[in-house]
Amino acid sequence: MQPHAGAGAPAQAAPPPAARTSPDSAHGATGPAYAVSTRGLVKTYPGPDGTATHALRGLDLDVHRGETFAFLGPNGAGKSTTIALLCALARPTSGRATVAGADVLTEPDLVRRRVGMLFQHSALDPDLTAEQNLHIHARLYGLSRRDARRRTTETLDAVDLVDRRRALVRTLSGGMRRRLELARGLLHAPEILFLDEPTTGLDPHARAQVWQHLRALRDRQGSTLFVTTHYLEEAENCDRLAIIDGGRLVAQGAPAALKAAIGDDRVVLRTSDDATARRVVREATASPDTAVTADAEGVWLRVPDGSAWIPRLCAALAGHGIAVLAASAAPPTLDDVFFHHTGRSINAARPDRTPDAPGSAP
Amino acid sequence: MTTPALRAPAAPDGTDGPGSAPADRLRRELRAVHALVHRDLLRLAAQPAHAALVLFQPVLYLFILGGGLAALIPDSSLGTGYQAYLFPGMLMMTVQAPAIMVGVRLITDRQSGYLRELLMAPVSRPALLLGSCAGGTLVATVQGALLLCLAGAVGLPYDPVLIALLLGGMVLASFTITALSLALAVSLNRPEVFHMLLGLVMMPLMFLSGGFFPLHNLPGWARALAGANPLAYGVDLLRGCIALRVPDEAAVGGIDWFGRQPPLVLEAGVLLATGAAALLWAAHRFSRPE
Repeated sequence: MQPHAGAGAPAQAAPPPAARTSPDSAHGATGPAYAVSTRGLVKTYPGPDGTATHALRGLDLDVHRGETFAFLGPNGAGKSTTIALLCALARPTSGRATVAGADVLTEPDLVRRRVGMLFQHSALDPDLTAEQNLHIHARLYGLSRRDARRRTTETLDAVDLVDRRRALVRTLSGGMRRRLELARGLLHAPEILFLDEPTTGLDPHARAQVWQHLRALRDRQGSTLFVTTHYLEEAENCDRLAIIDGGRLVAQGAPAALKAAIGDDRVVLRTSDDATARRVVREATASPDTAVTADAEGVWLRVPDGSAWIPRLCAALAGHGIAVLAASAAPPTLDDVFFHHTGRSINAARPDRTPDAPGSAP
Repeated sequence: MTTPALRAPAAPDGTDGPGSAPADRLRRELRAVHALVHRDLLRLAAQPAHAALVLFQPVLYLFILGGGLAALIPDSSLGTGYQAYLFPGMLMMTVQAPAIMVGVRLITDRQSGYLRELLMAPVSRPALLLGSCAGGTLVATVQGALLLCLAGAVGLPYDPVLIALLLGGMVLASFTITALSLALAVSLNRPEVFHMLLGLVMMPLMFLSGGFFPLHNLPGWARALAGANPLAYGVDLLRGCIALRVPDEAAVGGIDWFGRQPPLVLEAGVLLATGAAALLWAAHRFSRPE
C-alpha cells in the first residue's frame, strides 16, 4: 500500500503559488480533491439497424489525487470508452466529468494538456528514432524547442532508454516500445496518466519492468495513475480500484477493503463423487445460507476460517465412504470480489476463453 | 514534496512570455504544425532510398522515352525539343507521388493508432491537418527540386529566376494535390480503397495533364476532362514559367478555356483556390467530434 496516499493528496492538490501566470491557472489546480470525478456518465453508440449500443450506463467515479487507481473489468465492459471520455477524445451522451480540474465537455483542450495517455494499442512512428518520436510529440504539445529537448532526455532517462535514443523504433523490442510510449506520455508532465491495458501482450519480465517504472513515477512525482486492466494481480497492487461490468460500476474501494467485505474463505474439495459430496458437505456445515456448489473445479463453499473446516469436512466425507483427492482453503481474491458482484468470474467473462470447458479446470 | 518536479515542465505555457491567451494559443498551434512538418522531413531524411525511388520513374521517362521519341517528333510540332517538352510533366509526376502519399499516410496513421496520438494533443484538428498538408507540400517540393537539378540535361538554362519560378509552381501544385489527397483520405477508412481509386484515376490524370503530349490534338471531351484536371494546371503553370524566361523553348497546346489559353496568374489562382477549398472541406470533415 501507499503510506502517504491520504496525507499526500491535499498537498499535491495545492497549486504552486503564483508561479504560473497562464490563463488556465485561474481555474487550474486550485485544489479539487479529486483527480477524476464523474457523475452519471453515459455513452451510447448508434448500432446497426437503429439499435443502440450502451457502452456506459451512468458511471459515478472518484479518483483521488496521487493515487494509483485500477479500473478492472472484462473486455467490452466499457473501460476504453471511459478513458476516451475522460481524455475528451469522445463526448459523453449525457452526464459530466471533471478531469484534473477541467470539464471534459467545455474545456477539452485543457483536459488534454493536463493528462497523458497510453493507449491499449499504442503507436509510434517506426521509421523514426526513439528520440525523434519524443521530440515531435513534445512539440505537438506546445513545448519550446529547448524544453522539448530537455524533456526528451529526462523522460528517456526515466524509462532507462537513454542508450537506445538513436535506435529506430522498429528495431526496439515490445517492452522497450511500451516504455518509450510511457516516456512519450510523460513528456508534458501530465497531472494524471491514463493507461489503457498497459501490459497486455508483454512477457512477464517486460510487464514487471513497466510496473516498476509506474511505481517509481508515483513515488517520485506523486502522479495520479489511472490504469485499466483485466489482470487481477495488477489491480491488486493499486491503491484503489473500481470494478466495471456491462457499462456499470459494481464496486469501488481499496483491494483489501473489497476483499474484506466478502470475508469468507473459499474451500474447494475434489472428491471421488462430487455430487454426493455436495450433499454431505451441505449437511456438515448445517447452515441454510451457505451455498455449496459443485462444478468442474470440484465442490466449493464459502466459510469463515476455511482451513479449520477442512479436517471436519474430510471426516464427514470419509464417514460416507467418499475419498477426498484434494482440499484447499483460500482467502478471498479479487476474482472472488468480481464473482460476488457480478455472479461470474472475470476470466470466464472473457470471450477468448471457454468458461465451462472440462479441460480448463486446473 | 515532489510537486516542483511535476510542475516544472508545464512552465512553458505560462512563463514563456507575457503573451495573451490568443497569442499563446496560436503559438501552440504553430508548434504543432511545425512538429508535423518536422516529422515529414525526418522521415524523408531517414529514407533516402525511398526518395531515389520516387525519382526513378520520371527520370526513366525523361531520358528513355524522351530520348527515344525526340528523334521522331519534330521540334516544330511542339515548339521545343521533346525532352524539354516532357520536363514540366515529369516535374509534376515527381511531386504528385509524395503529395498523394500524405493521404495514404493519414489512413495508415489512423489504422496504426498514431492518428489517435495526434488527436490527443491539445491542438485543434484543423491545425493537425494543416501540418500534414504543409509537410506533404514541402516533401513533394524537395523531391521536385531534386529532379530540377537535371534541367540542364534537357537543354534548359540554370537561370535563378527560372528555378525560383519553377519551385514556386511546384509548391503550389504540391499544395493542391496534397490537399485533394487529404480531402479524399478523411472520407475513406481503408487504404485499399484509396489505392484502388488511385490506380484507377492516376494514369488517365497523367495522360490528360499535357505532360506527355499536347492537349489540343485530343477530342473535345478529353480536352474538357483535362480542363478539370489539377495536374494539367500544374503542368501548364510550369510550362508557362519556362516560356516566360526562355521564349525559345515555349511549348504549344496546354489547357484552353473556350479556345483561349488562360493567363498564368489565373491558372495559379485556380490551383490555389482548389487546394484551399479541398483543405477547408477536409478540415471540416476531420473536426467532427465522435
